[in-house]
Amino acid sequence: MTKQQANWSPYDNNGGSCVAIAGADYCVIAADTRLSTGYNILTRDYSKICKLADKAVLASSGFQADVKALQKALSARHLIYQHQHNKQMSCPAMAQLLSNTLYYKRFFPYYAFNVLGGLDSEGKGCVFTYDAVGSYERVGYSAQGSGSTLITPFLDNQLKSPSPLLLPAQDSSTPLSEAEAIDLVKTVFASATERDIYTGDKLEIVVLNADGLRREYMNLRED
Amino acid sequence: MSPSDSNQANHGLLCPEAPIQRTQYPYVTGTSVVAIKYKDGILMVSDLGGSYGSTLRYKSVERIKAIGKHSLLGASGEISDFQQLLRDLDQLILYDNMWDDGNALGPKEIHSYLTRVMYNRRNKFDPYWNALVLGGVKNGQKYLGTVNMIGVTFEDNHVTTGFGNHLARPILRDEWREDLTFEEGVKLLEKCMRVLLYRDRSAVNKLQIAKITEEGVTISQPYSLKTFWNYSAFENPTSGAEGSW
Repeated sequence: MTKQQANWSPYDNNGGSCVAIAGADYCVIAADTRLSTGYNILTRDYSKICKLADKAVLASSGFQADVKALQKALSARHLIYQHQHNKQMSCPAMAQLLSNTLYYKRFFPYYAFNVLGGLDSEGKGCVFTYDAVGSYERVGYSAQGSGSTLITPFLDNQLKSPSPLLLPAQDSSTPLSEAEAIDLVKTVFASATERDIYTGDKLEIVVLNADGLRREYMNLRED
Repeated sequence: MSPSDSNQANHGLLCPEAPIQRTQYPYVTGTSVVAIKYKDGILMVSDLGGSYGSTLRYKSVERIKAIGKHSLLGASGEISDFQQLLRDLDQLILYDNMWDDGNALGPKEIHSYLTRVMYNRRNKFDPYWNALVLGGVKNGQKYLGTVNMIGVTFEDNHVTTGFGNHLARPILRDEWREDLTFEEGVKLLEKCMRVLLYRDRSAVNKLQIAKITEEGVTISQPYSLKTFWNYSAFENPTSGAEGSW
């Protein structure tokens, strides 16, 4: 029998968008809950957000199987860290661990687009943004995934962040209040859902601040 | 893995011209599986066709099997891979049973195990060419999930594989309810299978419905659906497009 498929691929793109915004004393991490493949919606209620530590929350889109493997690897590493150091990992430490974990598979990458949000040791909001092979940077806000091309320019326009080239280095966190940041996240997702077929169904928002962690949901278009 | 196996793998890497020693495409395949949660548990349905490419080669391939006491596994895709998987799971259930601790693997555990197996095989570029559906009930908890050949998994109130994603899932999204009775569930699944039978060329009119509840597993004998082929759109499908074949 002749070959009937094109060459088999170990990857798939399951879509989805992730956004995180850092403020002076809070961090907002958000992602939609749609899981797709091609023109099919696999499920409308799949969480892309993973709580890795008390002050480190990861939102990832891309290939679901890789994302799940990545979350599992990071959670396992965090468990070992807790046993060895008797404390929770800090967000910047988790950021470095995520980078190393991604680069470890540089030549058979995790097809995962990550935004890590949390609070640093001073309680300030922090956001780390990645590519699939582990390059990362601390920023004030970031969007990743299928809707990032629609969301990023909108955030750039609304949150005029100081250039990372300025010396001395400027604080990268945004000047918004927590409520304003949540509103902005809701707006960008509602907008991205209009044009990106891989974003929709439901928005999951995680808010981290001095009081701890809080979850909010908002329905998005289901078409 | 025997030493000769690794030699072959090296051989494959060193000589790009050597034949590939991994499953790169399926031979005998099964089409859609459809499964739903209902009031008392899970209902799952699939037909008994086994296709060799586009030839309908086998007509009595059972693609739904019970795994242990609490789970039901349905598969589409390569039949031989599914049967190999069943042998492995049989071993797993046996070893679990030998602990004799009164504890048995539930649907959640089996699904998790299958997810790891599927993802590990894809990492070796030697996949089990299947989309699997796992349903079950344990401690009053209903469970329904799916895994495919590259390790993508999710849980939902209703899941399908293959053509079912295109044709059955939209019906289920419209008509599924949490409190579906057994009769209503069977009716809904038969509606899905009838649509698939009409529109999926590799579907055959011989199917099995399986039920799993707290009481255990029941897999029906193969049976047929009543069909009606005299719809005017079936009689002359090109009447609305004159000049086409």
